[in-house]
Amino acid sequence: MTLLNPTWTALLYLAAAACFILALKGLNSPRTARRGNLIGALGALLAVVTVFVSVKLDNVPWILGAVAVGAGVAAPVARRVQMTQMPQLVAMFNGVGGGAAALVALLELSHTGDPWVRLAIVFTLLVGAVSFAGSGVTFAKLQGLMTTRPVTFPGLPVLMALVLLAAVGAGVAVILNGSLVLALILLVLGLTAGVLLVLPVGGADVPIVISLLNAFTGLAVAASGLVLGNVLLLVAGTLVGASGTILTRAMAAAMGRSVAGIMFGAFKGGSTAGSTAVSERPVRSSSAEDVAVLLGYAQRVIIVPGYGLAVAQGQHTAAELALALESRGIEVDFAIHPVAGRMPGHMNVLLAEANVPYESLKEMSDINSEFKTADVALVVGANDVVNPAAKTTSGSPIYGMPILEVSDARQVVFLKRSMRPGFAGIENELLYEPQTTLLFGDAKDSLTKVLGAVKAL
Amino acid sequence: MDGMSLLTITVLAVFVGFEVVSKVSSTLHTPLMSGANAIHGIILVGAIIVAGQATDLWVLVVALLAVVLATANLVGGFVVTDRMLEMFRGRQRPPSKTEAAAGAVEERRP
Repeated sequence: MTLLNPTWTALLYLAAAACFILALKGLNSPRTARRGNLIGALGALLAVVTVFVSVKLDNVPWILGAVAVGAGVAAPVARRVQMTQMPQLVAMFNGVGGGAAALVALLELSHTGDPWVRLAIVFTLLVGAVSFAGSGVTFAKLQGLMTTRPVTFPGLPVLMALVLLAAVGAGVAVILNGSLVLALILLVLGLTAGVLLVLPVGGADVPIVISLLNAFTGLAVAASGLVLGNVLLLVAGTLVGASGTILTRAMAAAMGRSVAGIMFGAFKGGSTAGSTAVSERPVRSSSAEDVAVLLGYAQRVIIVPGYGLAVAQGQHTAAELALALESRGIEVDFAIHPVAGRMPGHMNVLLAEANVPYESLKEMSDINSEFKTADVALVVGANDVVNPAAKTTSGSPIYGMPILEVSDARQVVFLKRSMRPGFAGIENELLYEPQTTLLFGDAKDSLTKVLGAVKAL
Repeated sequence: MDGMSLLTITVLAVFVGFEVVSKVSSTLHTPLMSGANAIHGIILVGAIIVAGQATDLWVLVVALLAVVLATANLVGGFVVTDRMLEMFRGRQRPPSKTEAAAGAVEERRP
């Protein structure tokens, strides 16, 4: 088979790179997002076909088999995953990408004597390994395989510093003599650094770490482009690295945090504050029927969904309740905090899955002034995103995070599992306010009971 | 390609990367992150090149592992992003509202 000449190859790679830029551009707007993603996939397909017809390859049956295995495992998992578990799947895909980049760099080491190329190899190895191991830990945290609370131990900063120093030393040695054994040691050091980096990050900040590691993998892929002299890998990796950095900062800003604060807060013991103690103060709890009366005779209801709704798979029931209330002439909106759920924007995905129309999902900045006009704010499985401590308690770990101003509503109803504090482990003063009513139970069960009672009104 | 051209391409790509996501709303943060995640699965191209030039058995085995991982990133990434976006159909309120209203009218009729 004759191979494609280099000019055509370069042109096809350029077309693929343009597809990736259009894909990211398309993902900026709900209208064009799906098309954008398809354009990205087409670009990837074009690039993969190009590599098969432009480089002299041995072992092609094996390669095709490996592609079939990877696609055969990933596609069905991605098709079937519960939307609540989607964040950990994204973390997993990100991790394996970083791992692949590290392996590619490792194998290229014996093919080069150029110190600059070796530098790129060292970078890819280290960053790819950090991304792989770090994503593994985020996966374990999100999947509930380990605690979501920050894990710290005395000497962690020292250990981290030692690992990084050793990695720099091993890296310099690899650049000087190209030793494969040292490269393997570097790989292990990178994996260790990845674990140590993510362990101290608290559960609520994990999504931001996924985004950061995503940018890391992008940088590793870009460096592997330098290793292989492949411009497409360089461009695609750099695009993801750059856009991932911006995205990480935007997500952190939506939570009122800085990226450095999230990554290193626990090293200083900052983000581990808060108590898990259950307070003995009295609260007003009530029955589903009482809640139904509150809702059914209101004029304006704002529903504030949180992660509790998502884990209980209650989004469909919430959507039904909204419809039932609307058929009684009540105005119903959903107020979406930017970090509700387990990922920024996660809640929108979950409610969209339940066919809640895009238009009744209101962003925080649009809805916050409207709580004053609401008769009832119905908080379902959310806690930290409505906790006034974010505004009033300067020592609180969530201090500075913008919140939904549910306390402005005439009545606040919390559907909660128990009095246990939320993800961040801080008590919510709002629960003890006189305007607040609590209904204890699993979010979906409570919603089903309330829905039944509303229909019976 | 010489170092200077590579540097030029890299710097320009950084600016394009910054530019294309600078104004995205928080609603789309998750799909955008997932889409970008899929794009770096293009490391598959590198893994295929390395696997195709492997002569030692162990190199081939490791390279094929990289191919499997990279394919999972690439294919899984685009599929899961598409799943998320499938749900952002939007503009469904008018029909569903009128359906609900029509249903209510019918209920009242008898």
